[in-house]
Amino acid sequence: MTADYINICLADDDEDDRLFFTDAFDELRINTKVSTFNDGVELMNYLNNEDSILPNVLFLDLNMPKKNGVECLLEIKKNRKLDDIAIAIYSTSSSEEHIEETFVNGANIYIKKPNDFENLKKILSEVVTMNWQYHTSGLNKENFLMRM
Amino acid sequence: MKIYLKFDYAQLTKKIVHEKLSELGFKFNIIGFGEFNFLEKVPSDKIEEITRTFSEYGIGIVENQKSVLVQKIKDTIVEMVHTDKPFNIKSSVYIAEKLNLSYPYLSNVFSEVTYTSIENFIIIQKIELAKQLMINTSFNLTEISIQLNYSSVAHLSTQFKHMTGMTPSAFHKIINKRRELSNKNNN
Repeated sequence: MTADYINICLADDDEDDRLFFTDAFDELRINTKVSTFNDGVELMNYLNNEDSILPNVLFLDLNMPKKNGVECLLEIKKNRKLDDIAIAIYSTSSSEEHIEETFVNGANIYIKKPNDFENLKKILSEVVTMNWQYHTSGLNKENFLMRM
Repeated sequence: MKIYLKFDYAQLTKKIVHEKLSELGFKFNIIGFGEFNFLEKVPSDKIEEITRTFSEYGIGIVENQKSVLVQKIKDTIVEMVHTDKPFNIKSSVYIAEKLNLSYPYLSNVFSEVTYTSIENFIIIQKIELAKQLMINTSFNLTEISIQLNYSSVAHLSTQFKHMTGMTPSAFHKIINKRRELSNKNNN
């Protein structure tokens, strides 16, 4: 049976951003379990570990030390075991080229980091609700593209 | 060579369930999409076997009564959105009549379980179908808007943008580029 909470991972090197993010989820209606990682290497170690619980949605910052978001995205897309994870890019960049490139490389969602907390909550709620519909209603994930 | 497939999920599911249940030696009736009636008592260890067999295909057994109702609402919506016939009746009236329950009740149960409203779920389904038609057929957006009962192509575009944050053409462009990329990687 489908568990009635959603597993979420965030990889972001900025401590404040990680804090805002987990606080925002605490206030949402949907039950979530959030794990955070400080960089791409830490994230990929977790995802490649057989015992890890894989997230339903993964939020990826683009600029991170050691391994950046695009490198993680490409690695995840090459690994069939990680096929079911919806990937949301979570970045300060709003360059059209960047956005298109990440979508073409397999990202499902692109979020431009908002400046205020209320907006962040609203965006995360919309993203997770939409992902929930894909997750529970057999919609074709290949067509899951969303830009916020 | 590369080919693209399109699916009828209802047909697919029915066929798999039918084949697997027959293989396991059960006698049953198909009542409707996703609803089956066993003609004999099924012991619980057999239920486990069925659950295991189906889970390989991503098919799950719905246990909780509210979830059953929500699944019926979803099935009604999918069927409604995918029908070729023009739809003249209000969707709320159609769903309530089909399930023989009051719309406010259905609406409450639905948002409690799915975190979204029936109205929003209908839009999600329509936009998903629009995406499929864009990708897998040669219909243009105007033809798709007619097939999906939109009053105009502008209405479809606006709703598409509202749901996905991008225009239909931006969506199409990304999917095409993905295909080019995967073709290149496969060659």
